[in-house]
Amino acid sequence: MADQQIIDKVNAIMIRDFEVAPALLAPEARLKEDLGLDSLDGVDMVVAAEREFAVRIDEEQARSIRTLQELYDCVTRSPPAPGSDANPEGH
Amino acid sequence: MRRVAITGMGMLSPIGNSRQAVAAALSGGVSGIRAMPEWAAVGDLKSHVAGLVSPFDPHQIPRTCRRTMGRLSLMAALAARQAVDDGALDPETLTSPNTGVIMGSTMGSVEVLDHFFGQFHAQHGINGLEGTMFMKVMGHTVSANVANLLGTRGQLLGLSSACASSTQAVGLACQMIQHGLGDVIICGGADEVQPTSVAVFDVLGAASRRYNHSPTSTPRPFDLQRDGVVLGEGAAVLILEEMDRARRRGARIHGEVLGYATNCDSSHMTQPGADLIEACMRQALVSAGIQPRDLHYINAHATGTTLGDAAEAAAIRALVGDAVPVSATKGYTGHLQGACGAMEAILCLMMMQDGVLQPTLNLEQVDPQCAGLAHLLKPLACRASLALSSNFAFGGVNASLVLAGG
Repeated sequence: MADQQIIDKVNAIMIRDFEVAPALLAPEARLKEDLGLDSLDGVDMVVAAEREFAVRIDEEQARSIRTLQELYDCVTRSPPAPGSDANPEGH
Repeated sequence: MRRVAITGMGMLSPIGNSRQAVAAALSGGVSGIRAMPEWAAVGDLKSHVAGLVSPFDPHQIPRTCRRTMGRLSLMAALAARQAVDDGALDPETLTSPNTGVIMGSTMGSVEVLDHFFGQFHAQHGINGLEGTMFMKVMGHTVSANVANLLGTRGQLLGLSSACASSTQAVGLACQMIQHGLGDVIICGGADEVQPTSVAVFDVLGAASRRYNHSPTSTPRPFDLQRDGVVLGEGAAVLILEEMDRARRRGARIHGEVLGYATNCDSSHMTQPGADLIEACMRQALVSAGIQPRDLHYINAHATGTTLGDAAEAAAIRALVGDAVPVSATKGYTGHLQGACGAMEAILCLMMMQDGVLQPTLNLEQVDPQCAGLAHLLKPLACRASLALSSNFAFGGVNASLVLAGG
Protein backbone atom coordinates (compact mmCIF):
# COMPACT_ATOMS: atom_id res chain seq x y z
CA MET A 1 0.00 0.00 0.00
CA ALA A 2 1.41 3.36 -0.99
CA ASP A 3 1.94 5.87 1.76
CA GLN A 4 0.50 9.35 1.64
CA GLN A 5 3.86 10.95 0.87
CA ILE A 6 4.15 8.94 -2.34
CA ILE A 7 0.56 9.72 -3.29
CA ASP A 8 1.12 13.42 -2.75
CA LYS A 9 4.34 13.49 -4.73
CA VAL A 10 2.92 11.49 -7.65
CA ASN A 11 -0.10 13.77 -7.71
CA ALA A 12 2.21 16.77 -7.69
CA ILE A 13 3.98 15.39 -10.77
CA MET A 14 0.63 14.92 -12.48
CA ILE A 15 -0.30 18.53 -11.82
CA ARG A 16 3.12 20.05 -12.57
CA ASP A 17 4.30 18.02 -15.56
CA PHE A 18 1.04 16.88 -17.12
CA GLU A 19 -1.22 19.75 -16.09
CA VAL A 20 -3.92 17.43 -14.80
CA ALA A 21 -6.68 19.17 -12.87
CA PRO A 22 -6.29 18.29 -9.15
CA ALA A 23 -9.96 17.33 -8.91
CA LEU A 24 -9.34 14.42 -11.28
CA LEU A 25 -6.64 12.81 -9.14
CA ALA A 26 -8.60 9.90 -7.68
CA PRO A 27 -6.76 6.59 -7.14
CA GLU A 28 -9.06 4.79 -9.56
CA ALA A 29 -8.54 7.41 -12.29
CA ARG A 30 -7.28 5.83 -15.50
CA LEU A 31 -4.18 7.56 -16.82
CA LYS A 32 -5.26 7.45 -20.46
CA GLU A 33 -9.03 7.71 -20.46
CA ASP A 34 -9.56 9.91 -17.41
CA LEU A 35 -6.37 11.97 -17.14
CA GLY A 36 -5.57 12.31 -20.85
CA LEU A 37 -2.04 10.90 -20.80
CA ASP A 38 -0.82 9.10 -23.93
CA SER A 39 2.09 6.76 -24.67
CA LEU A 40 4.59 9.64 -24.98
CA ASP A 41 3.44 10.98 -21.62
CA GLY A 42 3.78 7.48 -20.17
CA VAL A 43 7.52 7.45 -20.88
CA ASP A 44 8.05 10.88 -19.37
CA MET A 45 5.87 10.02 -16.38
CA VAL A 46 8.15 7.11 -15.54
CA VAL A 47 11.23 9.32 -15.94
CA ALA A 48 9.69 11.94 -13.65
CA ALA A 49 8.75 9.34 -11.02
CA GLU A 50 12.19 7.73 -11.14
CA ARG A 51 13.79 11.12 -10.66
CA GLU A 52 11.44 12.16 -7.85
CA PHE A 53 11.76 8.95 -5.83
CA ALA A 54 15.27 7.88 -6.87
CA VAL A 55 13.95 4.48 -7.93
CA ARG A 56 14.32 2.35 -11.04
CA ILE A 57 10.96 1.35 -12.50
CA ASP A 58 10.87 -1.85 -14.52
CA GLU A 59 9.82 -1.25 -18.13
CA GLU A 60 7.34 -4.13 -18.20
CA GLN A 61 5.73 -2.95 -15.00
CA ALA A 62 5.58 0.59 -16.29
CA ARG A 63 3.75 -0.58 -19.40
CA SER A 64 1.13 -2.36 -17.29
CA ILE A 65 0.17 0.72 -15.25
CA ARG A 66 -3.40 1.75 -16.01
CA THR A 67 -4.56 3.74 -12.99
CA LEU A 68 -3.10 6.21 -10.55
CA GLN A 69 -3.29 3.59 -7.78
CA GLU A 70 -1.22 1.23 -9.89
CA LEU A 71 1.33 3.99 -10.36
CA TYR A 72 1.47 4.65 -6.59
CA ASP A 73 1.96 0.93 -6.00
CA CYS A 74 4.58 0.59 -8.70
CA VAL A 75 6.65 3.40 -7.20
CA THR A 76 6.32 1.78 -3.77
CA ARG A 77 7.54 -1.59 -5.06
CA SER A 78 10.37 -0.30 -7.24
CA PRO A 79 13.97 -0.77 -6.09
CA PRO A 80 16.24 2.20 -5.52
CA ALA A 81 18.14 3.44 -8.53
CA PRO A 82 21.75 2.23 -8.66
CA GLY A 83 23.95 4.63 -6.74
CA SER A 84 21.07 6.27 -4.90
CA ASP A 85 20.73 6.36 -1.12
CA ALA A 86 16.98 5.84 -1.22
CA ASN A 87 15.36 3.34 1.08
CA PRO A 88 12.92 1.27 -1.02
CA GLU A 89 10.61 0.72 1.93
CA GLY A 90 10.60 4.16 3.43
CA HIS A 91 11.26 6.37 0.38
CA MET B 1 3.08 30.51 -63.80
CA ARG B 2 0.94 31.12 -60.73
CA ARG B 3 1.55 34.21 -58.58
CA VAL B 4 2.33 34.01 -54.88
CA ALA B 5 0.65 36.35 -52.41
CA ILE B 6 1.79 36.95 -48.85
CA THR B 7 -1.35 36.87 -46.74
CA GLY B 8 -0.06 36.47 -43.20
CA MET B 9 2.91 37.41 -41.05
CA GLY B 10 3.97 36.52 -37.52
CA MET B 11 7.12 37.17 -35.54
CA LEU B 12 8.89 36.95 -32.22
CA SER B 13 12.13 38.90 -32.28
CA PRO B 14 14.56 40.82 -30.10
CA ILE B 15 12.78 44.03 -31.12
CA GLY B 16 9.27 42.84 -30.44
CA ASN B 17 6.79 40.01 -30.49
CA SER B 18 4.19 41.64 -32.72
CA ARG B 19 4.11 43.67 -35.87
CA GLN B 20 3.21 46.78 -33.91
CA ALA B 21 6.10 46.39 -31.45
CA VAL B 22 8.59 45.70 -34.23
CA ALA B 23 7.39 48.71 -36.24
CA ALA B 24 7.78 50.93 -33.18
CA ALA B 25 11.32 49.68 -32.55
CA LEU B 26 12.31 50.22 -36.18
CA SER B 27 10.93 53.73 -36.39
CA GLY B 28 12.37 54.59 -32.98
CA GLY B 29 15.83 53.31 -33.86
CA VAL B 30 15.71 50.89 -30.93
CA SER B 31 18.27 48.11 -30.75
CA GLY B 32 17.29 44.65 -29.50
CA ILE B 33 20.81 43.79 -28.38
CA ARG B 34 21.65 43.40 -24.71
CA ALA B 35 24.67 42.49 -22.60
CA MET B 36 25.05 38.87 -21.53
CA PRO B 37 27.36 39.18 -18.51
CA GLU B 38 26.48 35.63 -17.44
CA TRP B 39 28.38 34.36 -20.46
CA ALA B 40 31.61 35.53 -18.83
CA ALA B 41 31.40 32.25 -16.92
CA VAL B 42 31.80 30.29 -20.15
CA GLY B 43 35.52 29.70 -20.48
CA ASP B 44 37.17 31.62 -23.30
CA LEU B 45 33.89 32.83 -24.82
CA LYS B 46 34.63 36.44 -25.67
CA SER B 47 31.36 37.65 -27.18
CA HIS B 48 28.94 38.64 -24.42
CA VAL B 49 26.12 40.26 -26.36
CA ALA B 50 22.94 38.85 -27.87
CA GLY B 51 19.47 39.66 -29.06
CA LEU B 52 16.90 37.86 -26.94
CA VAL B 53 13.16 37.61 -27.35
CA SER B 54 11.32 39.23 -24.47
CA PRO B 55 9.45 36.83 -22.16
CA PHE B 56 6.40 35.09 -23.59
CA ASP B 57 3.90 32.64 -22.14
CA PRO B 58 4.40 29.11 -23.53
CA HIS B 59 1.12 28.08 -21.90
CA GLN B 60 -0.68 29.70 -24.81
CA ILE B 61 0.20 26.42 -26.53
CA PRO B 62 -1.67 23.26 -25.45
CA ARG B 63 0.46 20.92 -23.35
CA THR B 64 0.29 18.02 -25.79
CA CYS B 65 1.86 20.25 -28.43
CA ARG B 66 4.17 22.15 -26.09
CA ARG B 67 5.76 19.01 -24.61
CA THR B 68 7.79 18.34 -27.77
CA MET B 69 8.93 21.92 -28.26
CA GLY B 70 12.31 23.35 -27.43
CA ARG B 71 12.59 27.12 -27.19
CA LEU B 72 12.96 27.63 -30.93
CA SER B 73 9.82 25.61 -31.64
CA LEU B 74 7.87 27.46 -28.96
CA MET B 75 8.77 30.75 -30.63
CA ALA B 76 7.97 29.34 -34.08
CA ALA B 77 4.61 28.02 -32.89
CA LEU B 78 3.59 31.39 -31.49
CA ALA B 79 4.78 33.19 -34.62
CA ALA B 80 2.93 30.67 -36.80
CA ARG B 81 -0.26 31.18 -34.85
CA GLN B 82 0.13 34.95 -35.26
CA ALA B 83 0.58 34.48 -38.99
CA VAL B 84 -2.44 32.19 -39.29
CA ASP B 85 -4.56 34.67 -37.34
CA ASP B 86 -3.21 37.55 -39.40
CA GLY B 87 -4.01 35.65 -42.58
CA ALA B 88 -7.42 34.56 -41.29
CA LEU B 89 -6.82 30.99 -42.42
CA ASP B 90 -9.86 28.87 -41.61
CA PRO B 91 -9.73 25.26 -40.31
CA GLU B 92 -10.68 23.91 -43.71
CA THR B 93 -7.66 25.61 -45.27
CA LEU B 94 -5.33 24.41 -42.53
CA THR B 95 -6.34 20.78 -42.97
CA SER B 96 -6.39 20.83 -46.77
CA PRO B 97 -3.93 18.48 -48.48
CA ASN B 98 -2.82 21.51 -50.48
CA THR B 99 -1.68 23.40 -47.38
CA GLY B 100 1.84 22.68 -46.18
CA VAL B 101 4.51 23.74 -43.73
CA ILE B 102 8.13 24.49 -44.63
CA MET B 103 10.18 25.87 -41.76
CA GLY B 104 13.93 26.24 -41.39
CA SER B 105 16.38 26.27 -38.51
CA THR B 106 20.10 25.86 -38.08
CA MET B 107 19.52 22.73 -36.01
CA GLY B 108 17.22 21.52 -33.27
CA SER B 109 17.03 23.06 -29.82
CA VAL B 110 20.57 23.83 -28.72
CA GLU B 111 19.43 24.16 -25.10
CA VAL B 112 17.98 20.63 -25.13
CA LEU B 113 21.00 19.21 -26.95
CA ASP B 114 23.25 20.70 -24.26
CA HIS B 115 21.05 19.08 -21.62
CA PHE B 116 21.03 15.73 -23.42
CA PHE B 117 24.78 15.48 -23.81
CA GLY B 118 25.38 16.81 -20.32
CA GLN B 119 23.22 14.07 -18.86
CA PHE B 120 24.47 11.38 -21.21
CA HIS B 121 28.13 12.03 -20.53
CA ALA B 122 27.67 12.49 -16.79
CA GLN B 123 26.37 8.95 -16.42
CA HIS B 124 27.42 7.43 -19.75
CA GLY B 125 23.87 6.19 -20.03
CA ILE B 126 20.39 7.12 -21.01
CA ASN B 127 18.59 6.82 -17.70
CA GLY B 128 16.48 9.87 -17.01
CA LEU B 129 16.24 11.02 -20.62
CA GLU B 130 12.69 12.01 -21.49
CA GLY B 131 10.84 10.46 -24.40
CA THR B 132 9.96 13.91 -25.73
CA MET B 133 13.59 14.99 -25.97
CA PHE B 134 14.26 13.81 -29.51
CA MET B 135 11.29 15.75 -30.88
CA LYS B 136 12.93 18.91 -29.54
CA VAL B 137 16.27 18.36 -31.24
CA MET B 138 15.49 16.59 -34.51
CA GLY B 139 16.34 18.41 -37.71
CA HIS B 140 12.73 19.14 -38.63
CA THR B 141 11.61 19.98 -35.11
CA VAL B 142 10.35 23.44 -36.05
CA SER B 143 8.27 22.29 -39.00
CA ALA B 144 6.90 19.28 -37.19
CA ASN B 145 5.89 21.22 -34.12
CA VAL B 146 4.28 24.02 -36.12
CA ALA B 147 2.30 21.46 -38.13
CA ASN B 148 1.31 19.63 -34.95
CA LEU B 149 0.00 22.83 -33.40
CA LEU B 150 -1.87 24.01 -36.49
CA GLY B 151 -3.20 20.60 -37.46
CA THR B 152 -1.99 20.71 -41.05
CA ARG B 153 -2.08 17.57 -43.18
CA GLY B 154 -0.30 18.54 -46.37
CA GLN B 155 3.40 18.46 -47.09
CA LEU B 156 5.87 18.97 -44.25
CA LEU B 157 9.47 19.94 -44.94
CA GLY B 158 12.25 20.96 -42.60
CA LEU B 159 15.04 22.98 -44.13
CA SER B 160 18.44 23.42 -42.59
CA SER B 161 21.05 25.65 -44.19
CA ALA B 162 22.12 27.68 -41.15
CA CYS B 163 21.62 31.39 -41.77
CA ALA B 164 19.85 30.87 -45.12
CA SER B 165 17.35 28.33 -43.75
CA SER B 166 14.25 30.47 -43.73
CA THR B 167 15.19 32.32 -46.91
CA GLN B 168 15.26 28.95 -48.62
CA ALA B 169 12.04 27.92 -46.87
CA VAL B 170 10.21 30.97 -48.20
CA GLY B 171 11.84 30.60 -51.62
CA LEU B 172 10.96 26.93 -51.93
CA ALA B 173 7.42 27.59 -50.76
CA CYS B 174 7.14 30.26 -53.44
CA GLN B 175 8.38 27.93 -56.16
CA MET B 176 6.04 25.15 -55.06
CA ILE B 177 3.01 27.41 -55.22
CA GLN B 178 4.16 28.87 -58.54
CA HIS B 179 4.30 25.37 -59.99
CA GLY B 180 1.05 24.12 -58.49
CA LEU B 181 2.58 21.93 -55.80
CA GLY B 182 0.57 23.58 -53.05
CA ASP B 183 -1.94 26.40 -52.61
CA VAL B 184 -1.03 27.65 -49.14
CA ILE B 185 2.34 27.19 -47.44
CA ILE B 186 3.18 28.30 -43.93
CA CYS B 187 6.88 29.03 -44.08
CA GLY B 188 9.70 30.71 -42.22
CA GLY B 189 12.24 29.81 -39.59
CA ALA B 190 13.36 29.92 -36.00
CA ASP B 191 16.48 29.61 -33.90
CA GLU B 192 17.45 30.11 -30.28
CA VAL B 193 20.59 31.50 -28.70
CA GLN B 194 22.79 29.61 -26.31
CA PRO B 195 26.48 30.12 -25.46
CA THR B 196 27.25 27.11 -27.64
CA SER B 197 25.59 28.77 -30.65
CA VAL B 198 27.66 31.91 -30.15
CA ALA B 199 30.76 29.74 -29.76
CA VAL B 200 30.41 28.69 -33.42
CA PHE B 201 31.18 32.25 -34.48
CA ASP B 202 33.46 33.11 -31.56
CA VAL B 203 35.97 30.37 -32.36
CA LEU B 204 36.16 31.69 -35.92
CA GLY B 205 36.80 35.21 -34.63
CA ALA B 206 33.56 36.29 -36.31
CA ALA B 207 31.52 37.22 -33.22
CA SER B 208 31.40 40.78 -31.92
CA ARG B 209 33.62 41.23 -28.84
CA ARG B 210 34.51 44.90 -28.50
CA TYR B 211 31.08 46.15 -27.51
CA ASN B 212 30.26 43.88 -24.58
CA HIS B 213 29.84 46.98 -22.41
CA SER B 214 27.89 49.00 -24.99
CA PRO B 215 25.72 46.26 -26.53
CA THR B 216 23.41 48.51 -28.52
CA SER B 217 26.44 49.76 -30.48
CA THR B 218 26.79 46.37 -32.16
CA PRO B 219 26.43 44.78 -34.68
CA ARG B 220 27.64 47.48 -37.04
CA PRO B 221 26.85 46.37 -40.59
CA PHE B 222 29.11 47.99 -43.22
CA ASP B 223 30.69 50.26 -40.57
CA LEU B 224 34.43 50.79 -40.35
CA GLN B 225 34.34 49.78 -36.67
CA ARG B 226 32.34 46.58 -37.14
CA ASP B 227 33.74 43.57 -35.35
CA GLY B 228 31.42 40.68 -36.05
CA VAL B 229 28.12 38.93 -35.66
CA VAL B 230 25.75 39.41 -32.73
CA LEU B 231 23.54 36.37 -32.48
CA GLY B 232 19.86 36.78 -31.89
CA GLU B 233 16.96 34.45 -31.40
CA GLY B 234 13.48 34.53 -32.79
CA ALA B 235 10.95 33.15 -35.19
CA ALA B 236 9.35 34.57 -38.29
CA VAL B 237 6.52 33.03 -40.30
CA LEU B 238 4.86 33.99 -43.56
CA ILE B 239 1.70 32.64 -45.12
CA LEU B 240 2.25 32.23 -48.85
CA GLU B 241 -0.88 31.69 -50.89
CA GLU B 242 -1.73 31.32 -54.53
CA MET B 243 -2.80 34.80 -55.65
CA ASP B 244 -6.16 33.96 -57.21
CA ARG B 245 -7.17 31.96 -54.17
CA ALA B 246 -6.18 34.82 -51.87
CA ARG B 247 -8.18 37.29 -53.94
CA ARG B 248 -11.23 35.02 -54.13
CA ARG B 249 -11.47 34.78 -50.37
CA GLY B 250 -10.84 38.48 -49.93
CA ALA B 251 -7.60 38.01 -47.99
CA ARG B 252 -5.56 41.03 -46.99
CA ILE B 253 -2.50 40.83 -49.25
CA HIS B 254 0.67 42.18 -47.65
CA GLY B 255 2.71 41.67 -50.77
CA GLU B 256 3.98 39.15 -53.24
CA VAL B 257 7.00 36.92 -53.63
CA LEU B 258 8.03 37.71 -57.18
CA GLY B 259 11.19 35.70 -57.46
CA TYR B 260 13.76 33.58 -55.74
CA ALA B 261 17.14 32.06 -56.42
CA THR B 262 19.72 30.12 -54.49
CA ASN B 263 23.19 28.91 -55.41
CA CYS B 264 26.30 27.52 -53.78
CA ASP B 265 29.78 28.98 -53.66
CA SER B 266 31.62 25.73 -53.28
CA SER B 267 35.03 27.39 -53.32
CA HIS B 268 35.02 27.90 -49.55
CA MET B 269 32.95 26.65 -46.63
CA THR B 270 32.84 29.94 -44.72
CA GLN B 271 34.36 32.70 -46.83
CA PRO B 272 31.72 34.52 -48.90
CA GLY B 273 32.50 35.34 -52.52
CA ALA B 274 31.07 38.42 -54.21
CA ASP B 275 30.74 36.85 -57.65
CA LEU B 276 28.30 34.15 -56.66
CA ILE B 277 26.39 36.46 -54.34
CA GLU B 278 25.87 38.79 -57.27
CA ALA B 279 24.95 35.85 -59.52
CA CYS B 280 22.34 34.74 -56.99
CA MET B 281 20.84 38.22 -56.80
CA ARG B 282 20.71 38.49 -60.59
CA GLN B 283 19.12 35.07 -60.92
CA ALA B 284 16.42 36.04 -58.40
CA LEU B 285 15.71 39.22 -60.35
CA VAL B 286 15.49 37.26 -63.60
CA SER B 287 13.01 34.87 -61.99
CA ALA B 288 10.99 37.91 -60.92
CA GLY B 289 11.15 39.39 -64.39
CA ILE B 290 12.63 42.71 -63.29
CA GLN B 291 15.87 44.59 -63.88
CA PRO B 292 18.29 45.40 -61.04
CA ARG B 293 17.62 49.12 -61.25
CA ASP B 294 13.88 48.54 -61.01
CA LEU B 295 14.46 47.79 -57.32
CA HIS B 296 13.45 50.36 -54.73
CA TYR B 297 15.22 48.80 -51.78
CA ILE B 298 17.81 46.17 -50.92
CA ASN B 299 17.83 44.53 -47.50
CA ALA B 300 21.35 43.27 -47.04
CA HIS B 301 22.36 40.16 -45.11
CA ALA B 302 25.27 42.19 -43.66
CA THR B 303 25.87 40.54 -40.31
CA GLY B 304 28.68 42.90 -39.34
CA THR B 305 31.64 40.68 -40.20
CA THR B 306 34.69 42.12 -41.92
CA LEU B 307 34.73 39.74 -44.87
CA GLY B 308 31.03 39.08 -45.29
CA ASP B 309 29.91 42.70 -45.42
CA ALA B 310 32.68 43.61 -47.86
CA ALA B 311 31.82 40.74 -50.19
CA GLU B 312 28.13 41.58 -50.15
CA ALA B 313 28.85 45.27 -50.70
CA ALA B 314 30.97 44.35 -53.74
CA ALA B 315 28.12 42.25 -55.10
CA ILE B 316 25.53 45.00 -54.62
CA ARG B 317 27.93 47.57 -56.11
CA ALA B 318 28.28 45.42 -59.20
CA LEU B 319 24.53 44.88 -59.34
CA VAL B 320 23.15 48.39 -58.92
CA GLY B 321 26.00 50.69 -57.91
CA ASP B 322 24.55 53.45 -55.77
CA ALA B 323 21.19 53.53 -57.55
CA VAL B 324 19.16 51.61 -54.97
CA PRO B 325 18.85 52.32 -51.21
CA VAL B 326 20.47 49.64 -49.07
CA SER B 327 20.19 48.87 -45.37
CA ALA B 328 20.81 45.98 -43.01
CA THR B 329 18.18 45.47 -40.34
CA LYS B 330 20.49 43.23 -38.34
CA GLY B 331 21.69 46.46 -36.75
CA TYR B 332 18.38 46.36 -34.84
CA THR B 333 17.73 42.64 -34.42
CA GLY B 334 21.13 41.00 -34.41
CA HIS B 335 21.52 37.89 -36.49
CA LEU B 336 18.46 35.66 -36.07
CA GLN B 337 20.28 32.77 -37.79
CA GLY B 338 17.73 30.41 -39.32
CA ALA B 339 14.97 32.96 -38.78
CA CYS B 340 16.70 35.94 -40.37
CA GLY B 341 15.53 35.42 -43.96
CA ALA B 342 11.84 35.29 -43.10
CA MET B 343 12.20 38.08 -40.55
CA GLU B 344 13.93 40.35 -43.02
CA ALA B 345 11.31 39.58 -45.68
CA ILE B 346 8.68 40.68 -43.15
CA LEU B 347 10.66 43.83 -42.36
CA CYS B 348 10.87 44.64 -46.09
CA LEU B 349 7.09 44.27 -46.42
CA MET B 350 6.46 46.40 -43.34
CA MET B 351 8.77 49.17 -44.51
CA MET B 352 7.19 49.21 -47.97
CA GLN B 353 3.70 49.27 -46.47
CA ASP B 354 4.64 52.03 -44.07
CA GLY B 355 6.37 54.05 -46.81
CA VAL B 356 9.58 54.51 -44.83
CA LEU B 357 12.84 52.64 -45.46
CA GLN B 358 14.77 52.34 -42.23
CA PRO B 359 18.53 52.90 -42.06
CA THR B 360 21.26 50.55 -40.89
CA LEU B 361 21.46 51.02 -37.14
CA ASN B 362 25.05 51.65 -35.95
CA LEU B 363 26.31 52.49 -39.42
CA GLU B 364 28.18 55.71 -38.69
CA GLN B 365 31.25 55.61 -40.88
CA VAL B 366 31.01 53.47 -43.99
CA ASP B 367 34.01 51.20 -44.43
CA PRO B 368 35.72 52.11 -47.73
CA GLN B 369 35.45 48.43 -48.63
CA CYS B 370 31.68 48.73 -48.33
CA ALA B 371 31.39 52.10 -50.07
CA GLY B 372 29.78 52.94 -53.40
CA LEU B 373 26.30 51.89 -52.30
CA ALA B 374 23.30 54.05 -51.46
CA HIS B 375 23.60 53.23 -47.74
CA LEU B 376 20.64 54.43 -45.71
CA LEU B 377 22.02 56.43 -42.80
CA LYS B 378 18.65 57.88 -41.86
CA PRO B 379 15.02 56.94 -42.56
CA LEU B 380 13.91 57.49 -46.15
CA ALA B 381 10.23 58.24 -46.75
CA CYS B 382 9.35 56.98 -50.21
CA ARG B 383 6.93 54.87 -52.20
CA ALA B 384 8.87 51.62 -52.41
CA SER B 385 7.26 48.53 -53.88
CA LEU B 386 10.10 46.27 -55.06
CA ALA B 387 12.69 44.86 -52.68
CA LEU B 388 15.53 42.37 -52.80
CA SER B 389 16.41 40.53 -49.60
CA SER B 390 19.36 38.16 -49.45
CA ASN B 391 20.98 35.85 -46.94
CA PHE B 392 24.16 33.81 -47.00
CA ALA B 393 25.25 30.85 -44.94
CA PHE B 394 28.13 28.55 -44.11
CA GLY B 395 28.49 25.96 -46.82
CA GLY B 396 28.57 28.69 -49.46
CA VAL B 397 24.79 28.97 -49.54
CA ASN B 398 23.43 32.14 -51.12
CA ALA B 399 19.71 32.86 -51.30
CA SER B 400 17.79 35.89 -52.56
CA LEU B 401 14.11 36.79 -52.51
CA VAL B 402 12.42 39.45 -54.62
CA LEU B 403 9.40 40.92 -52.89
CA ALA B 404 6.67 43.27 -54.00
CA GLY B 405 4.75 45.31 -51.46
CA GLY B 406 3.71 48.79 -50.55
